[in-house]
Amino acid sequence: MRFAVVRFGGSNCDLDAAHVLSHVCGVDTDLRWYKEGLGRNYDAVVIPGGFSYGDYLRAGAIAARTPVMEEILRHAKDGGLVLGICNGAQIAAESGLVSGTFTLNAYPKFICRPVHLRVENTATPFTSLYREGEVIQLPIAHKEGRYMADAEVLSALNREKRVVFRFSEPDGRITEEANPNGSAENITGVLGKGGNFLAMMPHPERASEGVLGSEDGKKIFLSMIRYIEMMG
Amino acid sequence: MDFDVEVRITLKPGILDPEARAIQHALADLGFPTRRLSTARIFSLSMEAQDRAGAEEKARQMCERLLANPVIHRYEVEVRE
Repeated sequence: MRFAVVRFGGSNCDLDAAHVLSHVCGVDTDLRWYKEGLGRNYDAVVIPGGFSYGDYLRAGAIAARTPVMEEILRHAKDGGLVLGICNGAQIAAESGLVSGTFTLNAYPKFICRPVHLRVENTATPFTSLYREGEVIQLPIAHKEGRYMADAEVLSALNREKRVVFRFSEPDGRITEEANPNGSAENITGVLGKGGNFLAMMPHPERASEGVLGSEDGKKIFLSMIRYIEMMG
Repeated sequence: MDFDVEVRITLKPGILDPEARAIQHALADLGFPTRRLSTARIFSLSMEAQDRAGAEEKARQMCERLLANPVIHRYEVEVRE
């Protein structure tokens, strides 16, 4: 089993993601520079957070149109897992891998703090180790993280259970107050059509070790590993 | 032929524009209350094309492929020779 973490110019959570995968979760992980492409088959690809291309034009817009993304699209089409975190989620949305987009926060300011999330669907390769409706705590760190999609897309996401995480109160209630950036229906984690692609704004790699205050994010990576093992 | 093209990207009606809202507040604080304020992004470019229609078509493709995000944006293209 082997994971890839793809680095763009301006990625800055690449080493954190690779550290958690290899040292905390014990899975072989390669850092891949986007210009060199994937170079081989991987079981899973992580697109890490950061500021690819300085967030020029729109966060993720330019990285989404690089050749390595075509490789990642093919990887996803063949059933490979892809996890886009923060800037990786913005890139995923810009590339059309997930519906909708992540845009400027309702209050146009960079927010960096822990938030509560309700796990909305545990029947995914990314969340099988959580309990349905479990509330977890992960940090967010973004200025362009407000999830936006039209009514039709939102109803399809709900119908097809492609909403994975919503901002919530500590007790799991979904309220306006719990929504830090104005995301539609508090959504901050969405699956692509095939279910093997997750785009999420919060940072699980920053909450995977007790010393960092929360280990709630680790189960995302462990769920992915378990899924890959089960698929053999 | 060379063409100058101006591409103007705006948010679709009804899409929240937090930047505009912040600017509107700041203007009000300076004593300039406004009923409406919206932001736009303008790209000025020069390029070669067969003719005017070709230049416009190219600029539209640029919008579809990169400059605009169809989820939230609309765009207008103006070609000048």
